[in-house]
Amino acid sequence: MAQTDSAPPDLLAVQGSVSQRQLQDGLFAIVGLLTILVATIILLALVLQLAIQGFPRLTWQFFTSFPSSEWQQAGILSAWIGSALVMLVTAAIAVPLGVAAGIYLEEYARKNWLSALIEINVTNLAGVPSIVYGLLALGFFNDLLKLGESILTAGLTLALLILPIVIVTTREALRAIPNSLREAAYALGASRWQMIWDHILPYASGSILTGVIIGLSRAIGETAPLITIGALTFIAFLPPAPIQPSFPYISLEWLQAPFTVLPIQMFNWVSRPEPEFQINAAAAGTVLIGMTLAMNGFAIYLRYRFRRGVKW
Amino acid sequence: MTNSSVQSSKLTRLTTHKASRDLRELAIHIVLFLAGFSCVATTIAIMYILILESTYFFQHISIVEFLTSSDWSPLFDPPGYGILPLVAGTVTTTLVALFVAVPLGTIAAIYLSEFASAKLREIVKPILELLAGIPTVVYGYFALLFVTPLLQWLYSFPAPLLSTWLPNLFPLELAGFNMLGPGIVMGLMITPLISSISEDAMRAVPVSLREGSFAMGATRLQTAIKVVFPAAFSGISAAYILGISRAVGETMIVAVAAGLQPNLTFNPLDSAATITAYIVQVSLGDLPHGTIEYQTIFAAGLTLVLFTLLCNIIGYFLSRRFREIY
Repeated sequence: MAQTDSAPPDLLAVQGSVSQRQLQDGLFAIVGLLTILVATIILLALVLQLAIQGFPRLTWQFFTSFPSSEWQQAGILSAWIGSALVMLVTAAIAVPLGVAAGIYLEEYARKNWLSALIEINVTNLAGVPSIVYGLLALGFFNDLLKLGESILTAGLTLALLILPIVIVTTREALRAIPNSLREAAYALGASRWQMIWDHILPYASGSILTGVIIGLSRAIGETAPLITIGALTFIAFLPPAPIQPSFPYISLEWLQAPFTVLPIQMFNWVSRPEPEFQINAAAAGTVLIGMTLAMNGFAIYLRYRFRRGVKW
Repeated sequence: MTNSSVQSSKLTRLTTHKASRDLRELAIHIVLFLAGFSCVATTIAIMYILILESTYFFQHISIVEFLTSSDWSPLFDPPGYGILPLVAGTVTTTLVALFVAVPLGTIAAIYLSEFASAKLREIVKPILELLAGIPTVVYGYFALLFVTPLLQWLYSFPAPLLSTWLPNLFPLELAGFNMLGPGIVMGLMITPLISSISEDAMRAVPVSLREGSFAMGATRLQTAIKVVFPAAFSGISAAYILGISRAVGETMIVAVAAGLQPNLTFNPLDSAATITAYIVQVSLGDLPHGTIEYQTIFAAGLTLVLFTLLCNIIGYFLSRRFREIY
């Protein structure tokens, strides 16, 4: 009787320790949630504040004016056109090279020291600081190959920078495709390349596209490697247009033109002592964030769609 | 007779077809291999350029001076070529960043992997990914114009007390350029990276281990800290190392907000230049190629690459040392 009324001290101790542990559990759940909320809210607040500061400057004039020493007249025309052209070169190099390398590593490479070497290299390159690619461009493309401080050099540099991203996503995309598809293609007499080109790549293209977009969104915000090759900050002219009114209509002169890009323009404005230029920097930053968020968001959306759509 | 000749001509056509197909396959194989090899070529080119230009540099400056002198002022007269101030700046900003990112990232990873519902995870992970994609020059802007003023305001409260107590360590006012602000912003930037890789590592731990732990009467938190965390430590340490090498190589945040003055100090309240910031500073100017000042950035770059390589090697051995196989 007495035993049921008052539990023995052992049981009390156990109950105490259990409730204490449960309390710790609950506390951690709150701390964890708060940590995530605080970290994301701080970052979102910073982005929002930037957008609020820069928004009044986002006029038509801002997009259609060259940089200027007067902050109200300054704009990002040469910067966004430069960014677009550099991205064009980057994509034209990184996509074929990266996808081909991914296909080689996933579908062709035998397990030997050579493919192990390539694999280690891909992982290592992904960890090399971006400014080191800038030094590579400065010493190799600029000094040795004499490509100059041009759009071509910038595009090549950024292509090498995002190559590991494209390779890794291509490999993941190929790995996700079941082997039965490959065996079925072989059984019908397809060669290895026919199997890859006609059957595997079409299924993998969605996931590969995701990786390409993520890589390009990384490249578009990259500043440091382009500063080292000497991208100018004050460019008051446009590169020659790629499409000419007279024969041969397509000109590649723009590849050799000096250039500036959006992040460098923003960096230039941030480093100015006059506070008015910070507003321009905020506006350029808003455009930059808008572009990267749109690209990343599109990539994430694509990934979810493909994940849901395909059931093997 | 005619029948068999038709058949043999069909056969020859098939064989030539097969031969041409084999040839095409071989050509494609070679092209793909070359694409794969381009990565190796990139690494070789990077090392070649860095070592080549650094050799010129070390022909003029002794390695001993480079590694031990505490004065880095290649652009002044008399010039100083000691890398230590730049290394100190890099180490300090990296430590500040890790001080922010490791606790935040680890707690976030444990929460997302062991506590959060699948629905919350589906919402949080893409947001973290989006934030990780913001260009670093924008983070530099945050550090210079939002975080540093905030820190200056916060610092103004304990400053009189602290600066009378230890005047060498604590200045009366926080300078507009300091290592604390960019360090904190850098930490916030690499938090999503650390948390998402750690979370993947923790979710790869088999459920049976958790079930065993729950069956022994452990709570979620106990299971997370004493069972899942050690089991996933190989992957988590890889996340930390990746965070370190990202912080060491980070350029624009420190170039914008930490000041560009080389300064041999480990005090985050001071302004200083990192290795990366120095490279940016020199590149912004117009240095004639082939001069010793021009070669300093390659020597600095080589130091940076060796630094990150060291990180990667340590990470590799750490993850081997703590690997647990189920």
